Amino acid sequence: MASPFTRHPSPISRREALRTVTALLGGAALTGGAGLLASCASYEAGKDLSASTPFTDEEIVLLDDIAETILPATETPGAKAAGVGAFAAFMVVDAYSPDNRRIVREGLIALQQASQAEFGTTFSHLSAEDQLTLVTRLDREQHDYQSGKPADQPNHWFRMMKELTLLGFFTSEVGMTQAMRYMERPGRYDPCTPYEAGDPAWAEHA
Amino acid sequence: MKNNEYDAIVVGSGIAGGWAAKELTEKGLNVLLLERGKNVEHVTDYVNATKAPWDYPHRGGHTWAQEQAYPKLKRDYPLNEKNLDWWVKDWESPYTETRRFDWFRGYHVGGRSLMWGRQSYRLSDYDFEANVRDGLAVDWPIRYADLEPWYAHVEKHAGISGSYEDLPQLPNSVFQPAMPLNCVEEHAAGKLAGAFGGRRKIIPGRTANLTQALPGRAPCQYRNACWLGCPFGAYFSTQSSTLPAAMATGRLTLLTWQIVNEVLYDKDRKRATGVRALDAVSGETIDYSARVVFVCASALNSTWLLMRSATDIWPDGLGSSSGELGHNLMDHHLRVGASGRMDGFDDKNVFGRRPTSFYIPRYRNLFGDKRDYLRGFGYQGSASRQGWQRGIRELGVGADFKDALVQPGEWRLGSSGFGEMLPDHSNRITLNHGVEDKWGFPVLDFDCAMGENELAMRKDMASDFAEILEVAGAKDIHTYDSGWHPGAGIHEMGTARMGRDPKTSVLNEWNQVWDAPNVFVTDGACMTSAACQNPSLTYMALTARAADHAVAELKRNNL
Repeated sequence: MASPFTRHPSPISRREALRTVTALLGGAALTGGAGLLASCASYEAGKDLSASTPFTDEEIVLLDDIAETILPATETPGAKAAGVGAFAAFMVVDAYSPDNRRIVREGLIALQQASQAEFGTTFSHLSAEDQLTLVTRLDREQHDYQSGKPADQPNHWFRMMKELTLLGFFTSEVGMTQAMRYMERPGRYDPCTPYEAGDPAWAEHA
Repeated sequence: MKNNEYDAIVVGSGIAGGWAAKELTEKGLNVLLLERGKNVEHVTDYVNATKAPWDYPHRGGHTWAQEQAYPKLKRDYPLNEKNLDWWVKDWESPYTETRRFDWFRGYHVGGRSLMWGRQSYRLSDYDFEANVRDGLAVDWPIRYADLEPWYAHVEKHAGISGSYEDLPQLPNSVFQPAMPLNCVEEHAAGKLAGAFGGRRKIIPGRTANLTQALPGRAPCQYRNACWLGCPFGAYFSTQSSTLPAAMATGRLTLLTWQIVNEVLYDKDRKRATGVRALDAVSGETIDYSARVVFVCASALNSTWLLMRSATDIWPDGLGSSSGELGHNLMDHHLRVGASGRMDGFDDKNVFGRRPTSFYIPRYRNLFGDKRDYLRGFGYQGSASRQGWQRGIRELGVGADFKDALVQPGEWRLGSSGFGEMLPDHSNRITLNHGVEDKWGFPVLDFDCAMGENELAMRKDMASDFAEILEVAGAKDIHTYDSGWHPGAGIHEMGTARMGRDPKTSVLNEWNQVWDAPNVFVTDGACMTSAACQNPSLTYMALTARAADHAVAELKRNNL
């Protein structure tokens, strides 16, 4: 039973996998600590960014556009087709701690500010190329931050966004059945089958 | 007045209770099976079993509100939206901790037989003789030969798949064909055969998942969705296996929502006369009488029940005359091991989702090996290709990143040890009269921790598997110890141990309470030592053996 969620990327038990998924979905690994981007909060002074207020349609479009930049449509559908924006919005509100909700919202504000400052318009109005420029930079930033941060500090907002995007896409019907292969009831176990590069992975089930 | 008289009462409907009900009814007794929670009908109540992964709003995770509501359950994987309904609600059934204990329970028909990990291994005389050999705790009052026929008896009905091996420390079961090792595991097993004197051996996990049909049950469909309940009845549970057999006799009465809170005791006859239960629906207190009582409420709830019984004679409860009731709490310690990358198999994959792992039977402190700690550990693990989750930690976004993630990643071989925890008198549970559960009953307080022996063993559990990976040819090898608290193995054992002397043990060699020989405790509570094998198969065998003895003693008018 594969468990690539684990810090030690070992295939171990289903229990282990689920425990770690749980942590990723707003659990212990993501909680606690102060915000990363407090300086951006002035953008919407007075608004409680940690509240469980649902995301607006406009914000969901933004989440969709970020997610599509991370996992774009290629020969197979991308994040937007899988409804990742709405999923991410739902998860942040319903599954994240107040601290992490604030971190994500602050991150989105910071992204819009960066988009305005550099390109003079909001993220959703950028060309796919410019979107990728910003998102690639954010990915490097989060990757550097994550590798240096103490374990008890909250994750970078873009790490959360990337997690939500991958989770939302690869556990969606589109992601599992169109990008990957899904078989509800394999009916048999073959411990050694040929594999050719390019063949999609078999999706997990429960 | 209802007719509340039976030949036998079984408290609890999990793995042990289901077996007690089956064996006692099949031997002709009229049996009352009392379950404290709700009914879960086989197949029809497995409401999530055929849902697709995308049907769950949080895709299997949990919410922030649930984290607040489940301060204990959230410590581990049970807090999830897929089978949350089968885990005890923290706010209804709290417990307190002098030292931390992770206690994950299932209060419904079938108990944790619905959610268990299904790994099934016999104990051997290396285990039954361990305490006396080490001069620790007390000797088991039985040996492997006493239990061997009962292992065989339960295995035929439960259905255990596995491979026949020549391992004195891990006797063969009566097996259905094994679920095989995959290519990379097979490769590692081959490399290991020529190292470490052949003592570290990778074998297919022995699991209570069918590879051949049994009456009313289909073989495994390789969905690996067991913990949602199996619509094919392909893994052992009370519902799939023991309950239908007991029902078929026409001699079983199953009552739900009956919280048994006292074993009724006649001090003149020195026998139990029945049990007292709170009907959780009506609030009514009901007494049931029987000639024999099987306490199978899960290890720590069985002891809780004894602690509340016959307190007019023994203030600390039935079985406390030994001074050992509630003591010697054990679990298996885990979450320590290693993993590595296996190159050269990129043209290989597997088809189907095997609901088991490989197993490496214990080799430490056996066959001349001597470590600076006692006992040993086994490993459970697997080789598999990484999934999309690898992308979370990798640097990368965009089209190439996505197209790589939809393909399987590199092969990894990894494992966690399952270590034996020594019986220690100071590891214990007590009744906490200061805190009540939803129904007004005192809760358990836990005072338990790993000792020096377990901590020393964990060093080997990490480094030994790194050595195994080296031999298997793995690269990028990492050891880990994620830390562990007692209870997280969900293998609670001890607190009413079997023994040879009523002064130092709670139960005799037939699982009878020394002070009430018509009361049998056959779940994890009875364990005198923990061994390192997953314990449920042993509870099945002990229960069937005790039931046989109970019926024989009834016929001899000895109970």
